[in-house]
Amino acid sequence: MTMLRRHWPWLLAFVILLAIPFLFYDWGKGRHSGFVLTLMSEIGVMAIFALSYNMLMGQAGLLSFGHAVLLGMGAYCAAHVVLLVKAGTIWLPTELVPLAGGLGGLLFGFVFGWLVTKQRATAFAMITMGLGELVSAAALMFMGFFGGEGGISIDRVMDTSLVGVRYSSPWQVYCLVLVWAFIAAVLMKLQTQTPLGSMANATRDNFERAQFVGYDPRMVRLYQFALSGFFAGIGGGLYVLIYEIVTFDTVSAAKSANALLAVYIGGAGGFFGPILGTIVVVLLQSGVSLLSNAWLLYVGILFIVMVMYAPGGLIGLIFMHMPIWRAGRMRELLLPYARAFPPALIVLLGFVLLVELASFTTIGAAQGKTFSIGGNVIDTTAPLPWVIALAALVLGTLWLRREARGFRERWDAVTESIKLKGAMS
Amino acid sequence: MMEVFVVSLLNGLVYGMLLFMLASGLTLILSMMGVLNFAHASAYMLGAYFAYTISVYIGFWPALVIAPLLCGLIGAGIEMFGLRRVHRNGHIAELLFTFGLALLIEKGVQMTWGLLPVPYRVPELLDFPLFKVYGTQFPAYRAFMLVISGLMFGAIWLGLTRTRIGLVIQAALTHPDMASALGHNVPRIFTLVFAAGTALAGLAGVIGGNYQVTEPAMAFTMGPIVFVVVVFGGLGSLAGCFIASILMGLIQTFAVVFDVSLADLLAKFGVTVTSSTPFAEVLNVTLPRIGALLPFMMMVLILVFRPRGLMGTRDT
Repeated sequence: MTMLRRHWPWLLAFVILLAIPFLFYDWGKGRHSGFVLTLMSEIGVMAIFALSYNMLMGQAGLLSFGHAVLLGMGAYCAAHVVLLVKAGTIWLPTELVPLAGGLGGLLFGFVFGWLVTKQRATAFAMITMGLGELVSAAALMFMGFFGGEGGISIDRVMDTSLVGVRYSSPWQVYCLVLVWAFIAAVLMKLQTQTPLGSMANATRDNFERAQFVGYDPRMVRLYQFALSGFFAGIGGGLYVLIYEIVTFDTVSAAKSANALLAVYIGGAGGFFGPILGTIVVVLLQSGVSLLSNAWLLYVGILFIVMVMYAPGGLIGLIFMHMPIWRAGRMRELLLPYARAFPPALIVLLGFVLLVELASFTTIGAAQGKTFSIGGNVIDTTAPLPWVIALAALVLGTLWLRREARGFRERWDAVTESIKLKGAMS
Repeated sequence: MMEVFVVSLLNGLVYGMLLFMLASGLTLILSMMGVLNFAHASAYMLGAYFAYTISVYIGFWPALVIAPLLCGLIGAGIEMFGLRRVHRNGHIAELLFTFGLALLIEKGVQMTWGLLPVPYRVPELLDFPLFKVYGTQFPAYRAFMLVISGLMFGAIWLGLTRTRIGLVIQAALTHPDMASALGHNVPRIFTLVFAAGTALAGLAGVIGGNYQVTEPAMAFTMGPIVFVVVVFGGLGSLAGCFIASILMGLIQTFAVVFDVSLADLLAKFGVTVTSSTPFAEVLNVTLPRIGALLPFMMMVLILVFRPRGLMGTRDT
């Protein structure tokens, strides 16, 4: 019972995630929405990937530019295992395919970790980037293991299930992803409390002191790197099961960049930051990319704004409000927030309109689409929409700056008085 | 054989000097500010695109001057309004900032000039074969590239060793804390170096954009190779950077020429590779196919075994 009392948020999250697809369930046809299920499976895989990336970046302070190599190698290993199972060479239940990917990731985590963990900071970033380039080039070159440009395709429907499910529908796969994502997340959360997890933090914060205490920082980093590879590999195994194909983009620099963006936008400090960041990035990537050509621009802007103004990420912004919430003084911030909202909205709308107009004149027009808002077709060559967008952007920014000043005063006053009260009591 | 050798040597030299133009700016920025500038190759791309647009309206020669200046201005702006602010959060944040910037610039270029390559061509004045080597023509434009980059190398060298600001920059390269303790305005030097580095990358874009293809992906193909050069040459060493650039240029051109594989090498020692030999696929890959990979192999090796690079003064 105490377990339940302490860990109810995990359970609640699990139930909610299981329930969300039913919001989009087509009761008339008795079918799940395939798009929603694929999207949520993608979020599950990318969340594991981002969390494993955070084992390096958040815990050990190692900035990697080639983390997708571990995801991809795990995926390739899992794909080969599935092919072997199909051929009857070995027997493995479908449910354990992600584990095979994880072991592949662990193996390659040790191999690559051996090379890269000698260095840290910038040199580490460079060497992982070099390895990423090498592996993604090798993936196009060697047919035997990587399948060249076409990749390796598999058929996930096997008769070797433990629970008698054939994983022919996206819903069954989603359930599998959900279970594995939870297992991986719980394990990674527990890993932060192990001696290795703590030592990873120590080598990040004070390298020399960790050495003096008697640990070999290189070994700590190597084990952390390999373990991170294990979890990334689990993500890779799930990736194979979802898409039934693995190609060279699983090891590409773009995939690595995705993990970096997700972790940084969500926040590298706390455990849940990467998950939040993944949700935002995948939604932008899959949702907004249907509506707009410029999703990468929005992710980029969000990323830069985060780096410049909120190094703690989204989760950091939430945590900043915690003391105020506990002191029961959120109400005082409501009015300043409400006042800053309209100009912020205007700036956002102006910016989005401007970006869409610009991307439309060059990219969209070439694709022969028409630009319309609410059914009204907008002529992108006329000056009026541009003027409106620019005016909204400029005037909104001016207004926002005024409100921001008032907001900051209010914020400082509230936090100051909370601190004072804390010091007195 | 001699013919192939001379032509490859010349082409490797041209490509190496182009790399050097890019890498010299990045070396200065990286060794001085510690910022691994991911947006450096983006400045190269911007230089090429600016030059294309300017050359459509005014011509190539004004573009040769205006486009690098524009890039320099952008660089100064980035340093003053972006990097300086992010600097408080440490080097990693600075690196990430430039990484985000590279994404933005790529997307911005796509939105302004479209997804397809633009027809940025060699100016007519230089569009003729200069001389013939064993029957192969050597275009005048490549000679022009060599001249420009040679001039630039000389200018940087003189500027760094003969002028007062150059001496301060050199001091800041090797002893950054000491330079600021002596009362030099290090932030202003940072801005200057960053702007100059970006302008150099822009210049490389102007003359390299029509040598290669001007397209939105050019920054991401050029970016990693420039890092390789800088890391290989070593931090704080312009000479190392020069040697590394030429070396990479030569390696990449010569790798295309020699159609050999490890299997051929083994055959010399009496070992024949058949399809059943372990790693037969790896052994049978020919040099031209892995030519693009060689620089990265070299970077990984040098970072593992000698993190300060060829002639660097301190670790990366």
